Amino acid sequence: MNILESSFVDYLLTAIPLGMTFLYGCTGEILTEKAGHLNLGIPGIMCIGGACGCIALRILGKTNCPPALIVIIAILCAFLGGVLMGMIYSVLTVTFRANQNVTGLAMTTFGAGATKFIMSGMATNAAENYIYALKYFRFPFADSTTSLKYCGVMVYLAIIIALVASYVLNKTKVGLRLRAVGENPATADAVGVNVTAYKYIATCIGSGIAALGGLFYIMDYSGSFEAYKSIEPLGWLAIALVIFTLWRPHISIIGSILFGMLYLAGTQLPAMLGIKLSISATPLMQMLPYIVTIIVLIITSVSKKRENQPPQGLGVPYFREDR
Amino acid sequence: MKTNSNHTREPLFHLVKRDALPFQKALLIRVIAVVLAVVLCALLSVALIGASPIKFIGTLFDGSFGSSRRLWKFAKDACALLCIALAITPAFRMRFWNIGAEGQTLIGALAAVAVVHYLGGSVDNWLLLVLMFIAAVVSSGIWGFLPAIFKAKWNTNETLFTLMMNYIATGLTSYFLMVWTPSGSSVLGALPFGHLPVIGHEYLVFILVTLILTALLYVYLNYTKQGYEISVVGESENTARYIGIGVGKVVIRTMIISGAICGIAGFLIVSALDHSVTTTTVGGMGFTAIMVSWLAKFNPLYMLGTSALITFLEQGSAQISTNFNIDSSFPNMIVGIVLFFIIGCEFFITYKIKRSDSHKKGEKIK
Repeated sequence: MNILESSFVDYLLTAIPLGMTFLYGCTGEILTEKAGHLNLGIPGIMCIGGACGCIALRILGKTNCPPALIVIIAILCAFLGGVLMGMIYSVLTVTFRANQNVTGLAMTTFGAGATKFIMSGMATNAAENYIYALKYFRFPFADSTTSLKYCGVMVYLAIIIALVASYVLNKTKVGLRLRAVGENPATADAVGVNVTAYKYIATCIGSGIAALGGLFYIMDYSGSFEAYKSIEPLGWLAIALVIFTLWRPHISIIGSILFGMLYLAGTQLPAMLGIKLSISATPLMQMLPYIVTIIVLIITSVSKKRENQPPQGLGVPYFREDR
Repeated sequence: MKTNSNHTREPLFHLVKRDALPFQKALLIRVIAVVLAVVLCALLSVALIGASPIKFIGTLFDGSFGSSRRLWKFAKDACALLCIALAITPAFRMRFWNIGAEGQTLIGALAAVAVVHYLGGSVDNWLLLVLMFIAAVVSSGIWGFLPAIFKAKWNTNETLFTLMMNYIATGLTSYFLMVWTPSGSSVLGALPFGHLPVIGHEYLVFILVTLILTALLYVYLNYTKQGYEISVVGESENTARYIGIGVGKVVIRTMIISGAICGIAGFLIVSALDHSVTTTTVGGMGFTAIMVSWLAKFNPLYMLGTSALITFLEQGSAQISTNFNIDSSFPNMIVGIVLFFIIGCEFFITYKIKRSDSHKKGEKIK
């Protein structure tokens, strides 16, 4: 029993950090979707965020900059990279009223390509690269307990951002207006909300937050520059998580951990329960998060509860003169 | 006309929806956008890899048209992209955002390979090909049917449903690859059975079949009752209901067709090109095909051009990355930039920017 318990804790402690990758992407995407924009560029934005953060780390890592400052600058760089991508997306979809799905997919193509281009130059010396992460992204007193060793600074940051986003969306005037813009932009416009500004700001901040997920995954969770290769599929899962949590950032904290557990189920569960699965079962287990998302998608659409539906203006460009 | 501009603040300019632009003019705007994008890419390559712009553009063309081998590869890749783009077009025409072509094609290819794996050698080649075809079309059809039935019955979001189905297809593929390869390498070599006959060049059959498919789909969408129903549902579901079209029925039927064409694509990839399957058999073409279809305004004939354009860019920039010894991800970057420009230029085709009257002739606002 004791062994089972401790291995479950191990399982949970590896799932939580992985889940935070989804949480960043998910919180960012929720903000964007609340403004009525389905941003399928999130995987690409997460990639770019990782690349921008890593460039900062690479440059600053060679100077005498104090570690805390390095981490802060890296996080800011990743955020700015995301904002920049969000800006491209907003110009195309808000101002130019382009199709959101197509723009998002183009963003992912570009983001993943550009990231590979940037990172392939950096991921050469694996041994040297590995040191960065653990040195910078853990608390200075991390060695004292196991839980701190697993979870770096950015894990807590992800949870704080999700909570703040949830508060802003549900309890403040700005959040109310943002939700109005996503539900019915024409009405929001009529009562004097600047629809374009809200859409721009929500999309850019959302993209910035999502971009942190990339940096977190590369530097904190994996701790190796090589990890840039596997961000893209995780980004799609982050979009899936948005539906799974029904557009609620605070629920997505738990949802993301659950997704992390599901994602790792193939490797961790058999070890935990002491059963030996054949190796071919791993890909089947890795399908779990996607299947669960589909089931949630179906259940919410069947139940038709008003508060569980996507924002009504999602995916529809707003053109004032069209009314 | 003089307006009283002292009291109301009018924006400097406003947007007006254009009447349909003449075809040549719209084409010209798009060509300008592509040229601008390529110029930007050339400048970028000067900064990043130190290639001169002339060399950049020269290599771009060399990649697709430099030798007869490259030309065939160009035609093959463009047709593969075209084939998948054809598949998603019926769905997109009725505003059903099927972004699951990746998975629908992969599952078709997997089914075709499964038939060869279990029956290869024990039945005649023609029968094997027929069975592969049926297996691919049916399994891809199911992949298209599942999101459609939920969309029709409960209005379940199809974009995300089809997206998730991609990863289930990938998961199944890697599972079966592990089961089929006893060594555990997950690499299935080229299969000895189930090859389509070769006429002339090894890619020719594939190219011809795709072109025939293009013509058929064009006729289906523009000259049949079902094609008309698809357009009506795409324009307005309420209108469709009003004139007695069963929207649910059309959605399900069209998605099965969409999936089935993906199945044909999967079947062709296995039987005429790869003779094998991996998790990257489709390699993102399912997503690129969406661009191809959208850029062509969902018209199968225009897709010949758009799929050629995208393939040209991909192959040309791949050549650049080989020649200049840089990472193979370079094409994605180039294609991404060009896509941004084309997506952006659509705005100037649909809308006209008009200066507000109050700002004309140097009048100033207080």
